[in-house]
Amino acid sequence: MSKPYLRPYQKPQKLSDYPLGTASEAGYLVTKNCGWRNERPIIMDECINCLQCYLYCPDGVIFKTKSGLDIDYDFCKGCGICEKICPKQAIKMEVE
Amino acid sequence: MSKQITAKTITDSEFFYGHKACAGCGGSLAVRIALKVLGEGAISVLPAGCMSAVGFNYPHLCFSNNSIISTFAGTASMLTGVEAGARAVGIKNFKAVGLAGDGGTADIGIQALSGAIDRNDDILYICYDNEAYMNTGIQKSGLTPFGAKTTTTPSGENIHGNIRPKKNLFEIVAAHNIPYAATASIGDLKDFMNKIEKASKIKGTTYIHVVAPCPIGWGIPVNETIEISRKMIDCGLWYLAEYENGQFKLNRTPRKFSSIKDYLLSQGRFKHLEDADIKILAAQRDAKWTTIRKNWNTTEEEL
Amino acid sequence: MTKAFLSGNEAFAEGVRLARPQVISIYPITPQTTVVERLSEMVENSSLKSELIHVESEHSALSCAIGASAMGARTFTATSSQGLLYMAECLHYASGGRFPIVMMNANRSTALPWNIYGDQRDSLSQLDCGWIQVYVEDAQESLDMALQGYHIAESPLVSTPVMVNLDGFVLTHTYETVEIPNQTDADRFLPPFQTKNKMSLDNPKNLAFSVGPDNNMEFKYLQHKAMLDSKRIIEETDKKFAEIFGRGYGGLTQGYRLEDADYILITLGSITGLCREVVDELRQNGEMVGLLKIRFLRPFPDEDLAAALGSVKAIGVLEKDISFGYEGTVYTNVNSVIAKNGLRLETYNFIAGLGGRDISRENIRAMFRHLQTGGQHVNFIGLGVSIDE
Ligand SMILES: Cc1ncc(C[n+]2csc(CCOP(=O)(O)OP(=O)(O)O)c2C)c(N)n1
Ligand code: SF4
Ligand code: SF4
Ligand code: SF4
Ligand SMILES: [Mg+2]
Repeated sequence: MSKPYLRPYQKPQKLSDYPLGTASEAGYLVTKNCGWRNERPIIMDECINCLQCYLYCPDGVIFKTKSGLDIDYDFCKGCGICEKICPKQAIKMEVE
Repeated sequence: MSKQITAKTITDSEFFYGHKACAGCGGSLAVRIALKVLGEGAISVLPAGCMSAVGFNYPHLCFSNNSIISTFAGTASMLTGVEAGARAVGIKNFKAVGLAGDGGTADIGIQALSGAIDRNDDILYICYDNEAYMNTGIQKSGLTPFGAKTTTTPSGENIHGNIRPKKNLFEIVAAHNIPYAATASIGDLKDFMNKIEKASKIKGTTYIHVVAPCPIGWGIPVNETIEISRKMIDCGLWYLAEYENGQFKLNRTPRKFSSIKDYLLSQGRFKHLEDADIKILAAQRDAKWTTIRKNWNTTEEEL
Repeated sequence: MTKAFLSGNEAFAEGVRLARPQVISIYPITPQTTVVERLSEMVENSSLKSELIHVESEHSALSCAIGASAMGARTFTATSSQGLLYMAECLHYASGGRFPIVMMNANRSTALPWNIYGDQRDSLSQLDCGWIQVYVEDAQESLDMALQGYHIAESPLVSTPVMVNLDGFVLTHTYETVEIPNQTDADRFLPPFQTKNKMSLDNPKNLAFSVGPDNNMEFKYLQHKAMLDSKRIIEETDKKFAEIFGRGYGGLTQGYRLEDADYILITLGSITGLCREVVDELRQNGEMVGLLKIRFLRPFPDEDLAAALGSVKAIGVLEKDISFGYEGTVYTNVNSVIAKNGLRLETYNFIAGLGGRDISRENIRAMFRHLQTGGQHVNFIGLGVSIDE
């Protein structure tokens, strides 16, 4: 399993710190998106692991774990699509 | 019949992540799912538009596969170059995939797209259709439907939004005798995923037109992106179909349409429509479905 | 090495063949077409192994070349006039992305009015698009600069696209005897293309990204610096070329009888040959005249010019171009060198050959007379009517 991930970032100090052309390492994240969120989704015990929320999350922040699913709150935007799509109402949106 | 791709079988890897699309953005879901199906061999080309704008802001780069922004008009021509270049330098097991908006595809990019299909270049072109130029602030494109209010087709006393019907790009593409074309919707990801899988295995140009609502431009709550996509199919204003071996085929045949009025009036962009406008849209829909039922293969088969 | 009787376009195509581009995108426009026709024949008869792509426009020709270059492939395309203007967006894209594409441009007038004959307004109007621009004089230099073009463009220090300009018809379609190097020597001169500026499956990259105000200027400075650094690479490339092939062009400019010259005509492209003859003729009469051919307009040869013009009385810039509402663009550039270096000399601009108008031997003699007698600064040469007051 791989995905773009957060890295430490320092603004280049020298010209040689910049990439050649406009070509830089793929999947290099330097900021989070969690500040956008007013509500956070919580997966509850009613979950039957049907994976619909995982599939339909536009940001791909719901991920599979050994015991079920978890959410990467660094990048969840709180859109609530997961809550709507869940056939078991197993996701509730909690005000931040 | 190859194994179907499902939420269970699709890779856990994410290729489009941490991007700055608005919450609930349909386009970002289409791009995310397409790249999950194609995997790390995908070389994606995205023209100017929302998906490139939200994914490539140096130093914050949101694609973990090889990806490049093309000029607005140049998605297909850059795909051609990427495909030829990759082959020329001996890269194997890659798929050049375009991920372009409706404006980038049906308007400014249609010439390059037509050229690529004409050459039958070995590329997959996916148009994520949110029915307007969203990145520049919701202006009318060739794929904006009749009646929709955009910032350049306001609704007032005299004109009720856009006065022209949506271009039928799926059939325009098919008219090139392309090896494979399909319509899809982010409201039905199983269908979308398996069409991508199928297209990626076909040699030559393939095209998928996926409806991907934009909550901002459509005037819907951010958690209703999927619901509205499904309503659009159910009311008959969109259809899931394929074109292959010179034949059109419907993947889902609705017995009865759900309310077109309900679909329209649940969106801000159609709020101003009067019954007469809705009648026009319903008549356009019915005319389309009459030709579909007459000329297309409508036996539902699994992909 | 073999000898052949070739047009400028055909000679250029031979140079391209020897450079072994992996992807070539083609689209026709007069007077460029015979280049892509020759290349198509070469692919057909297997003397060139390359992906030949029949694009549907010049915008796509360059967009396709950018895509292929972004995969690390050596690419070629060619255009002229309306085609060059049609791809303008991609010109900036290629240079900003630092893709070392080589493109031939057949210099041709730009519409309106329509005209297929040669002048330099097409490429001069694109002087600021970030491409290295070289203007060649004859068929041999055309062939040679196709090869040198890749060597310069692909230098890691440069990594910038190169536009090689051939005057439409007078060069593209004029036949001369040309030496064609053999492939072994060409390969010795030009190694395979290597770059970090590309995508690969082992080392995935995101390319052609956006850069906001916080870092944008640094990217643009780097682009400028690469162009300045290319001056050295252009000279080194020419030296290496001369070592292998026994002929060279001297780098950014090429002087002729500059020794103690008081009056110098500055030229661009194919008209240089005739001007050289006039210089010989006038020198025979004891006139202290000389010639300076500008080969590269970008990067601009400011040091070369400052050195060459130090003790000169007057210069004239002959160009097939006018920046409407001012003067010829080359003239403006040359004057800036003179001002920056505090040189004290008179400068004149001779605007000639627009839309393919002939430039005669007598026209050139008159230019040299003008340098000596003085007069109007900006002059239209060969206007068929008197200018109404
Ligand atoms: C040649 C050119 N013309 C115009 C633009 C401005 N522009 C950038 S993105 C965009 C809108 C894109 O619309 P669409 O293709 O539908 O994608 P969306 O933003 O809706 O995802 C426009 C008009 C541009 N970048 N380049
Ligand atoms: S959609 Fe609901 S039931 Fe299905 S996996 Fe997600 S939380 Fe569990
Ligand atoms: S709220 Fe939206 S972004 Fe967050 S997990 Fe649910 S679907 Fe994904
Ligand atoms: S404006 Fe619409 S299409 Fe663009 S990122 Fe936001 S939701 Fe997506
Ligand atoms: Mg759009």
